[in-house]
Amino acid sequence: MSKFKRKKGKGLPTINTSSLPDIVFMLLFFFMVATTMRETEVQVKVKVPEATEVKKLEKKSLVSYIYIGRPVAHVAKLYGTEPLIQLNDKLVSEEGIPYESIQDFTLAEREKLPEADKNKMVMSLRIDENITMGKVDDVKQALRHAKALIINYSARKEYREQGRQR
Amino acid sequence: MARSTPEVNGGSLADIAFLLLIFFLVTTTMDTDTGITRLLPPIPDADQENVEVKVNKRNVLVVLLNRSDKLMVGGAEMDRLDLKDKTIEFFTNPQHREDLPVMEDTEVPFPPGSSSLLPPNGIWRGEVSKGVISLQNDRSTTYGKYLQVQNELVAAVNLLRNDFCKLYFDKDYADLNTANPIEEEIQSGIRKIYKMNISESEPKNIGGRN
Repeated sequence: MSKFKRKKGKGLPTINTSSLPDIVFMLLFFFMVATTMRETEVQVKVKVPEATEVKKLEKKSLVSYIYIGRPVAHVAKLYGTEPLIQLNDKLVSEEGIPYESIQDFTLAEREKLPEADKNKMVMSLRIDENITMGKVDDVKQALRHAKALIINYSARKEYREQGRQR
Repeated sequence: MARSTPEVNGGSLADIAFLLLIFFLVTTTMDTDTGITRLLPPIPDADQENVEVKVNKRNVLVVLLNRSDKLMVGGAEMDRLDLKDKTIEFFTNPQHREDLPVMEDTEVPFPPGSSSLLPPNGIWRGEVSKGVISLQNDRSTTYGKYLQVQNELVAAVNLLRNDFCKLYFDKDYADLNTANPIEEEIQSGIRKIYKMNISESEPKNIGGRN
């Protein structure tokens, strides 16, 4: 006769959940490390085109963003549906070729960089694929005037079979 | 009289961690930035005279995207997928045709002893194209189509560079490590042989309004 009797060993044994926090923390740290915070709210709809020759942008700190696209619904109420330009986080309201806005923007962004990297600034152009080139040419022209000459046409990687496809 | 500290209940730890996890899942984006990097031409100085540069007609290939997104290459309509082959032919001129660019004998130095196909001093001798591609578009051209054309042109040059790099250095051009001075020199050498000669004209309207 054993001294200690099992209390009714009939019900399901409970699962030990003491390691659950460890697992969840592991996932948490993975996501914290692997992701980047969304810094700016993009107020224009941008679906970048696809291309095969894309390369990764190496140094994020050198990159400034220019978005061109049609405004999202709540912005469209204020500005209409015509394509708009957004510089990092603010919309451009300048008429015609936005020389001044881009000049100011370029100067401000260049000021943020360390001395050695000032001429390595990259302008990432995130442009919707359905925008007409007129707007894009205006921005490119303004960038030339602002002496921000390294640009990056943002594009998604397109995987194409060897040979050709239609 | 040491009083034992009461044990902290760890049961809600998982809940807190889950909350944080979900917060990070929602607020973060996984996107890595990819794209095609190009260099814009600087605005010429005001005091610089506008000299008409005389360019031999055979050295220029005009790639034109009109306002209905039709592609014209060298005066003839062309499918986008034929553009890459056309560009490669234009930049290499394999049969030394009279209507394709002049090939100029050039010497390009590479790091000595970096390839068995080069002489010991590492100087490559060969022909380098003088061709320039002139890319033109209308204000009404769609950006997506424009970038596809840019992509084909860049793809052609990248392919030529990669072939050369594989043949001489048994390595992909994209795998060259620019932090390594020898490989950096190889890269700049290859860039001299196959130049990214794509010129974009000043914006203009090609027929029609806007």
